[in-house]
Amino acid sequence: MLVPLGYVVWYTWSLGPVATWELLARPRVGELVRNTAALLVGVVALSTGLGVTCAWLVERTDLPLRRVWHVLFVAPLAIPAFVNSYAWVSITHAVQGYAGAVLIVSLSYSPLVYLPAVAAMRTLDPALEEVAHSLGDDRWTVFRRVVLRGIRPAVLGGALLVGLHLLAEFGALQMLRFPTLTTGIYDQYRSAFNSPAANVLASVLVLSCLLLLLGELWVRGDAALWRVGAGSARSVDRVKLGAMRAVALAGVAGLVTLSLGVPVSSLVHWLRVGSSTAFPVDELIAATATTAGLGIGAAALTAAMALPVVWLAVRHRGGLSNVIERATFTAHALPGIVVALALISVSVRSVRPLYQTLPLLLVAYAILFLPRAVVSVRSSLEHAQPVLEDVARSLGSRPAAVLARVTIPLIRNGLGAGAALVFLAVSTELTATLLMAPIGTATLATEFWSNSSSLAYGAAAPYALLMVLVSLPATWLLSRQTRGGVLT
Amino acid sequence: MSRVSVKSLRKAFGPAEVLVGIDLEVDDAEILAVLGPSGCGKTTLLRIIAGFLDPDAGLVALDGATVADGHSSVPAWRRRVGYVPQEGALFPHLDVRGNILFGLPRRERTYERLAEMLRLAELPQRVASAYPRELSGGQQQRVALARALAPEPRVVLLDEPFSSLDAALRLSAGREVSSVLRSAGTTAVLVTHDQGEALSLADRVAVMDDGLIRQVDTPLQLYGAPVDQRIGRFVGDANLLTAKLEGDVARCALGPVALRAQPPSADGALVTLLVRPEQLRVTAAPECGQARVEEVVFYGPHALVRLALDDGTGLQARVKPADVPAVGDRVTVEVTGISGVFA
Repeated sequence: MLVPLGYVVWYTWSLGPVATWELLARPRVGELVRNTAALLVGVVALSTGLGVTCAWLVERTDLPLRRVWHVLFVAPLAIPAFVNSYAWVSITHAVQGYAGAVLIVSLSYSPLVYLPAVAAMRTLDPALEEVAHSLGDDRWTVFRRVVLRGIRPAVLGGALLVGLHLLAEFGALQMLRFPTLTTGIYDQYRSAFNSPAANVLASVLVLSCLLLLLGELWVRGDAALWRVGAGSARSVDRVKLGAMRAVALAGVAGLVTLSLGVPVSSLVHWLRVGSSTAFPVDELIAATATTAGLGIGAAALTAAMALPVVWLAVRHRGGLSNVIERATFTAHALPGIVVALALISVSVRSVRPLYQTLPLLLVAYAILFLPRAVVSVRSSLEHAQPVLEDVARSLGSRPAAVLARVTIPLIRNGLGAGAALVFLAVSTELTATLLMAPIGTATLATEFWSNSSSLAYGAAAPYALLMVLVSLPATWLLSRQTRGGVLT
Repeated sequence: MSRVSVKSLRKAFGPAEVLVGIDLEVDDAEILAVLGPSGCGKTTLLRIIAGFLDPDAGLVALDGATVADGHSSVPAWRRRVGYVPQEGALFPHLDVRGNILFGLPRRERTYERLAEMLRLAELPQRVASAYPRELSGGQQQRVALARALAPEPRVVLLDEPFSSLDAALRLSAGREVSSVLRSAGTTAVLVTHDQGEALSLADRVAVMDDGLIRQVDTPLQLYGAPVDQRIGRFVGDANLLTAKLEGDVARCALGPVALRAQPPSADGALVTLLVRPEQLRVTAAPECGQARVEEVVFYGPHALVRLALDDGTGLQARVKPADVPAVGDRVTVEVTGISGVFA
């Protein structure tokens, strides 16, 4: 788990301050950092604004067809950001550059804020708002003083995810021709294998991720603000939009057109154009099979790794188990490109036979997606009372039997959801797969990538469609998981 | 079935000593209640007997065979000790049948055994296929008991089994559980912080406080003759009256009171009398009363009357509905018996 982080730190350290500084103090690095920071501010602001506004419209107003809108607001999750970018770029090159990158990436990421915001508003006790009204606050003041404050930790968590996803984003930004640290690392790596420059950039990237994580912790302060209560069944008194209703409807319709309408219609268009020229059924099937195989392998490995981590963290709280659990979460601060780079370098130096092999790729997936599995296994294990295990032991079950007959059945759902999430994340993973897949291994994402980056938009479309289809169940699972308030 | 014996048991969590030398004997087929305020260590004691925790020192023996002695310990799954935790803790992923037969070897998980256990727990046969969430609180409690009894344990431990039930249900659930335990002839240890529960369900009650057993007695003896003031106040409402010993009587503000046993101090010494509210007789006496009625709380079968003696002493008396005075009335108060004399 700590190999990638350790490697980055060790490498920068061994390079020495002078050499590191020389590598950092180049105009190109400055440009990449400025680009990344500007993009971060723009995307986090826009996707948070969109996410919170949509959540408020769905949960607190009398907007018509709220259930339909809810599904439509979550749906962009099913379209990987690099597929969305491809859809836009294949229509117009005008979206390449800063403004386009902010718009398109925000459209793709806003569900990451929307989902926790909706979940938090749902669990926020309406009685609080009623009390505020009775104390003389008008609707807008109540929203500001009660609702916004109440959902702040959830929204911050969502914004943090947007930030971390953005720092790790490679495919979309490469497609939108907006160079950031991540695309910079990739280009360096491709031009000069294992170059010091790539590794130094990687340490800057890791540092940015860690700063983001710490910043979120600091801003959030005490997390007790968001109490998830028993979930009040009472319905809230919704804001009557009145004349604003038409404006709101036009707004959400426009948003959905941009976030779903454009990519879907672009995909359909290229599918029709593409299928008239070539429809390589064999290659599609082969890529789908490879993707599914990798996904199943990674899901099994990751779920198996998550179980002991969660077990220690939940049942044996203490110094060491906390450290182990936190260590898995450093993966949040490790973009796919950094993990790939570190594992490649370490394997080339120390365990040569592993270089560009399936096991190493699976390890990279496990490192990247372990937090997802840990989160979903953890919440289910926390609901499984330890007393049930005590009872089973008093009824004569040995520890292994307790695990098989009580603990695993109790967390079956969490384990399954965790494995499914990993499977689905792996099936749309691009960066690490591009760098680490054994020669000749073609997944849906890498095939899509090689076609779309050689401007063969039509040939890329079927792969994109398959990826979207594969992502649909993940979207559904994620939208259910947000009830716990955690989304990764 | 079986006997439990605990000798000089000690357990500390870090610097906090929870058990500081517990001695306890539970006889065959006896229901013993361990009564104590929350945080007194009674759940820790139960978990050590069950084998979920190991003691630091001391000894736990089941039927004369040592199962834990501070060095080695027989694991929980080999002790044959049944455990009924708070709220029953039924396995939510199994139906009633799966829960009750959980502790039996595969070949003994028969329909006959299930039917027998359901009958013992006074549960209808049709609940066998129900899931825990479909059962009422009382039913869950009885399924948990049937599950604990099915493998024929040497002793059943019940940890505050009724605390999650509402007051009305608690009484009937308690009676049902104790009748099931008695008809199964099982040795049982019941941990509770509820005096009424301990006194009404157990054969004997062990009062525990600050990691020690203070007194073990029958409910009647414990209520009527506690060994010190603290226990006397803990097991029921109590009036404490200062009195002076004079031969075989103690003279207090309410007059002379006959002593039943040898007093703890010499003649002329000051002692404290423990008088239960029902040991005071209150009579209306508008002219010559010695106390004033301050408050009356009416419960139906009886009423609690708070009185102030003319010297300022506060008293509580339990009176029959027919004898309930009005607030402000002048009354005389008479002691009809005492539950303890303490130096």
